Amino acid sequence: MSKLEKFLRSRFAAALFAVLVGFVISAVVLAVAGYDPIASFAALFNGSFGKPKYISNVIIKATPILLTGVSVAFAFKTGLFNIGAEGQYILGTTLATMVGVTLNLPMPFQLPLVLLAGIVGGAALGAFVGWLKAKFGIHEVITSIMCNWIAFYFCNFIVNTKTFHKPDSSSALPVNPSSYTTILGTWKKSEAGKEFLKGIPWLREILLKTDINAGFAVAILVAVIIGFVLTRTKLGYELRAVGFNRDAARFSGIPVERNIVLSMLIAGAISGLAGALTITGIAPHTISLLAAMESYGFNGMSVAFIAGCSPIGCIPASIMFSALIYGGMSVQQSLGAPSDIINIMIGTIVFCTALPGITPVLADLVHKKREERDDARTTKNGTPLPEKEA
Amino acid sequence: MEVSSEYAVQMHGIVKRFNTFTALDGVDLDVRKQTVHAILGENGAGKTTLMNILYGLYQADEGTIHMGGKEVAITSPTEAIEHGIGMVHQHFMLVENFTVTENIILGDEVCGAAGVLDMRKAREEVMALSNEYGFDVDPDARIQDITVGMQQRVEILKALYRGAEILILDEPTAVLTPQEIDKLIEIMHDLIAKGKTIIIITHKLREIMQSADECSIIRRGVYMGTVDVKTSSETELASKMVGRNVNLTVEKTPAHPGDVVLSIRGLTVKDDRGIEQVRGLDLDVRSGEIVGIAGIDGNGQQELVDAITNLAKAESGSIKMKGKELTNTTPRNTFVSGVATIPSDRHRWGLVLPFVVSENTVLERHVDDEFGKGINLDYDKLRSYTTDLIKQFDIRPVGCEDERMSGLSGGNQQKAIIARMVSSEPELLIAFQPTRGLDVGAIEFVHKTLIAERDRGAAILLISFELDEVMDVSDTIAVIYHGQITGTFAQGTVDENKLGLLMAGGEAK
Repeated sequence: MSKLEKFLRSRFAAALFAVLVGFVISAVVLAVAGYDPIASFAALFNGSFGKPKYISNVIIKATPILLTGVSVAFAFKTGLFNIGAEGQYILGTTLATMVGVTLNLPMPFQLPLVLLAGIVGGAALGAFVGWLKAKFGIHEVITSIMCNWIAFYFCNFIVNTKTFHKPDSSSALPVNPSSYTTILGTWKKSEAGKEFLKGIPWLREILLKTDINAGFAVAILVAVIIGFVLTRTKLGYELRAVGFNRDAARFSGIPVERNIVLSMLIAGAISGLAGALTITGIAPHTISLLAAMESYGFNGMSVAFIAGCSPIGCIPASIMFSALIYGGMSVQQSLGAPSDIINIMIGTIVFCTALPGITPVLADLVHKKREERDDARTTKNGTPLPEKEA
Repeated sequence: MEVSSEYAVQMHGIVKRFNTFTALDGVDLDVRKQTVHAILGENGAGKTTLMNILYGLYQADEGTIHMGGKEVAITSPTEAIEHGIGMVHQHFMLVENFTVTENIILGDEVCGAAGVLDMRKAREEVMALSNEYGFDVDPDARIQDITVGMQQRVEILKALYRGAEILILDEPTAVLTPQEIDKLIEIMHDLIAKGKTIIIITHKLREIMQSADECSIIRRGVYMGTVDVKTSSETELASKMVGRNVNLTVEKTPAHPGDVVLSIRGLTVKDDRGIEQVRGLDLDVRSGEIVGIAGIDGNGQQELVDAITNLAKAESGSIKMKGKELTNTTPRNTFVSGVATIPSDRHRWGLVLPFVVSENTVLERHVDDEFGKGINLDYDKLRSYTTDLIKQFDIRPVGCEDERMSGLSGGNQQKAIIARMVSSEPELLIAFQPTRGLDVGAIEFVHKTLIAERDRGAAILLISFELDEVMDVSDTIAVIYHGQITGTFAQGTVDENKLGLLMAGGEAK
């Protein structure tokens, strides 16, 4: 197998191909609409990575979708379709807010408790869906869509309760500052901090103009842990066995029902953590009345599938996805091209990742071409290939 | 061989490659008109590939096809049907809740004016065809209500209805009872007498001896020649197919049964539709003996195994393993109690196909500390453990530890399951259809392993739909009919006819 052929058969090639096709189709759409594709892409890139501030924002925006992506990818590897990451995320934000507002402990106690609240919220919702599937055989897609709406309205309900509602606003009260994960949150606003940062403009820009927080580091850590659990532990082994072949798993004595619940519980916990990290990391550090789903869960699905459902692969996929969304806004600002073009691009990329058969076909083509070339060479030399012996 | 109009089909120099793999390497096939021509070969030898080329499902890379002396190009099943070729696949392609008539005319419907379906005429045509060949099928019965043997006749009728002159039967006897096989052979001879030509793909030697005129042998994609069945023997065919001398008789010493290991009393089990399939069954299996259960598929064998392995709930009765109650516990408990099971459907129950081989070999034992302390699964340990099993059980290809299980051949997949089960040194080994779909060489291996396990002192419960297998391997033969054991015999005290009668629900005389 040649190097090119090997590459084409890899999962990375499939993702890269999808991204490329997404760009090509977007270029066509842009050109047809009368915008310069090259300039648009330049604006897109510049708007995502052009300034330290932009990079920081891309990373901030990548945090929740990296986690929901890992959540979806993890469930998928165990044979479950976690379409409920959205609801688990929302419940994570809601419970984190409730705990963060109610408690006011020193940071080393407060922060873990707030995060734990988010994790428990997501995990409970996920486990419920898993339990319904294990116990009654109800498909997880149906129940998790319903749970999305339960979480959605529960969030709105909490915002409007007396205890949590912030007067004259459409939000709940912000969580107590000891829950923040903002990096150097107090120092950067102090006199000494401001003085120090004057000398380092890029750092000043990142720290003062964006909500840079520790969330992304946590998310990467979770992605690595989940990757490890799936491929290196007995739990991951059992979960994957159940995912690939429930009957064979049951036959060999693996408790299938327990593993389904456990898998959804873990997936939910990851999405719930994503919600909690949003509350602790990003202003206004609270939940607001939702008019529509915020799509963190659904974007997580896109991230997971671009990554070929590899938890580690979700890291670059989430950054790319976040860059497209964040940089897409500047396409509109600088060229006047509708930012919907970004949605078209994302749509095309996700669509193409659903066609994993394309790059192997290209590999076959390369293989055939090479064979023909070899054939031609041997006949030219006058020595035909020897007949294969049995 | 020369091209001549004496031959119904002549395929010469057929080469078929899949990527780098050469499935067929210059295979010849010459089928005389009005004969039964068998194609014999191990699994993966290329028999079905060759027939798929004839039926237009694949195109050959090289080679020619002549029919009645004229060269033809067959690029699709539609063209094959136009040339009078009909194929009955191993797995029937019937619509379960359609009637026999509806299934036969499907895709070639009899229509009156304005395209209205003329079921009356269709029914008459089907009846006429059925009577002509003595098929004895009810045109109004639904497929789901008729026996497998009948379903097969419907498949054959389907081909005849489309004007087939040449019938290809792919492993036609795999699912039939001995009586049904006799009837099929009768039908085949009838069809020949009425001018048809039959090609049968099989690896069952006895049926070739009974039904075929000539037999072409393929070994690993290479044509090994054609023999006249009348002047040949089973042993000759077997060694030509495998490429070495094969011992067709199962060799074993007399059994030395010990204590009762598995004891089942009054067991009743329902299937998932709530119908009682095992009805008050009693059975004992002692250590150091092989108890074989003969029976036709669907007489409670699946439910019996499911109950022992705790995949299904027992309604009543008890299953005891060395006196310890197993009834209605968990599959894990069954395994821990010393029961290992070779399942009938290896793809469904036995293997996780997307897992690599070394992940598959520890499917019960991954929890043991041997394969990693705490939460860790030690993949290096898995691999070295699997390397030993590959060597010990001759699983091929060598060095397949990191290959996906789905890439192995059926025989080697089965070896992997057997390796996994035997390596736990069970006190009771249940082998449910352990040689299903395997070729002669692999069957020999399976039987030897079962006997070796018996001699080690394990109790063996062999459940098979192949009567020959039960009769050859078992020390004690029990017949299951309608969810009950209807007769128990020591090996050698009963013949095929008597067992066949019991299996069909007749009285033992």
